[in-house]
Amino acid sequence: MILTRENILNFVITAGLILVPIYAVIVEEPFTITLATRAVIFSLAAVGLNIALGLGGMVSLGHAVFFGLGGYTMGILAFHAQSYIPLFEWPILIEGTKQMLVVWPLAMIISAIAAFVIGLLSLRTGGVYFIMITLAFGQMFFFFSISWSAYGGEDGLSIYVRNQFPLVNTLVPIQFYAICLAILMLALWINARLAKSSFGLALSAARQNTERVRNVGLDPTSIKLVAFVISGAITGLAGALFADLNRFVSPTMFSWQLSGEIMVFIIIGGIGRLYGPVLGAIIFVTLEHFLGGISEYWLVFLGLLLLLIVLFSRGGLVGLLVGRERVHE
Amino acid sequence: MGAANSCTQTCGVFMSFALFAEQVLNGLQSGIMLFVMAAGLTLIFGVMGLINLAHGSLYMVGAFAAAAAAAWTGSFLLALVAALTGAALVGMFVEMLVIRRLYDRDHLDQVLATFALILIFSEGTRFFFGSFPLFLDVPKVIAGPINLPIGIEYPVYRLIIIGVGLCVALGLWLLISKTRLGVQIRAGKNDREMIAALGVNISALYTFVFAIGAGLAGLAGALVGAIQSVQVGMGEPVLILAFVVIVIGGIGSIKGAFIGAILVGLTDTLGGIFLPELFKLFMEGSIATSLGSALASMLIYILMAVILVCRPQGLFGVQG
Repeated sequence: MILTRENILNFVITAGLILVPIYAVIVEEPFTITLATRAVIFSLAAVGLNIALGLGGMVSLGHAVFFGLGGYTMGILAFHAQSYIPLFEWPILIEGTKQMLVVWPLAMIISAIAAFVIGLLSLRTGGVYFIMITLAFGQMFFFFSISWSAYGGEDGLSIYVRNQFPLVNTLVPIQFYAICLAILMLALWINARLAKSSFGLALSAARQNTERVRNVGLDPTSIKLVAFVISGAITGLAGALFADLNRFVSPTMFSWQLSGEIMVFIIIGGIGRLYGPVLGAIIFVTLEHFLGGISEYWLVFLGLLLLLIVLFSRGGLVGLLVGRERVHE
Repeated sequence: MGAANSCTQTCGVFMSFALFAEQVLNGLQSGIMLFVMAAGLTLIFGVMGLINLAHGSLYMVGAFAAAAAAAWTGSFLLALVAALTGAALVGMFVEMLVIRRLYDRDHLDQVLATFALILIFSEGTRFFFGSFPLFLDVPKVIAGPINLPIGIEYPVYRLIIIGVGLCVALGLWLLISKTRLGVQIRAGKNDREMIAALGVNISALYTFVFAIGAGLAGLAGALVGAIQSVQVGMGEPVLILAFVVIVIGGIGSIKGAFIGAILVGLTDTLGGIFLPELFKLFMEGSIATSLGSALASMLIYILMAVILVCRPQGLFGVQG
């Protein structure tokens, strides 16, 4: 790995994500660990969106769909596990589960299927239509979750005990944090590999010039669709973890404000940058905690910050700290 | 006649004709208000190429201006004037301060900057007016029902809303197709350099178009706020419905916005009432109600998806 300023920044952020919670354990401040877990899970959701948005140039304003689907997958499975009512009795008996290793793949598969359908329909259009359609699909899931009363409807679902992971006591905050951080690192690694792979290069090309990609014999729409599906699956996994963190799922996980916020993480951090979503989510959770403590109207300040970043600093904070992205050699 | 008879037998008592007509009027009313909202949105997009998420905030600003003016003066008419001018002025101010910097940016920047504006507007309004809903009362004279032919009773106020919306549609059509300003707006859609070279003050024109859109959103907010309640966050659900409307109608087309809005208003209202009843015909009562209302809430998005599959550019959109 070359020692660029961006790599140094990435290293510092990673070290912070490891050291701050360990420090919190030593000084016995469990709430800091909860905040860090929240930041890591939001990072993961934004890393997912960054694959669609940063690499593929797809401005999806409906990524809360996948976050919510991941959350509800976890919530519904846990609901059936804790009430001992099987999910299906026909054609085969399927029961609820509390095993993370079962919940995660399911959350990802369900989100991926939804991403495939939404992507297939939305990618028929482009530009501003794409934004509005993904937003509309988000509302569709939001209203469905509100009016579908079997799983709590508007009130959401409470989960009594956190899901289990082999050899780990997930009820200890720092151990659950370690799981989330490990997944985030894995997702970042996948993201970095993807960006450098031939698929990632084709995706970047499809973002920059659709016609040329088509002319060299590739199909830009299916490349984008694959990226959208991967993106949705990662955000879905983040949703399942978020549900586990709060032991609660509700329709707000589908809300369009959440879609907007996930996008805001990326922009504050720096679009298309590997660690942009991570830095953005950390800053969001920190501001939410400290400004939220000072004033209940803290979102005004977030709005102003966002407006300033969009109008005057287009590379986000990563861009501000390490300068422009290096051109591919 | 045969069809009507078989319906009363199979559907039971729920679908008398008067009830049906009343629901159609409700659908029309909500559709017309959606049009007033969507017209500004589609005009702003068509002329300036701007996607404006903060349009819902202007709807909210209008409703709050109306509620404040009504509390102060006691006149509903003055409240509507306050909504229209208040939202138009706020829109003008925001356009000159923020929006005009976004015309040359890509859609992502526009989405984010206007999302930031929503946060600022919503929390700012919460700061000044509090989180509790305000109430805007319709004058007693027009609050009551009126008897229409064939035994329909319908609130006068809702009929007035439909009338106001139709007037707005007519006014916009006249403005755009018959006036000099309309010529400039249409020319601005096609070639902004050319009309700037012809001596039209483009930036004043853009501010004006934005202010019209903002004023209409504010008017819609006040008119609907009098039926529902005036509160922070009231604009966003309507904004997203307005997006659905202009996606269905074709972005930039006022005619498309009109037809799309009526379609969405009718589908949403009628679906919410009749889908659960329809499901009851072949399902158990409680499940039918639950599933029917869940599906009804998704109906307009399904409609949008279907139209999109058949015509990606919307019903009246221009290809490409």
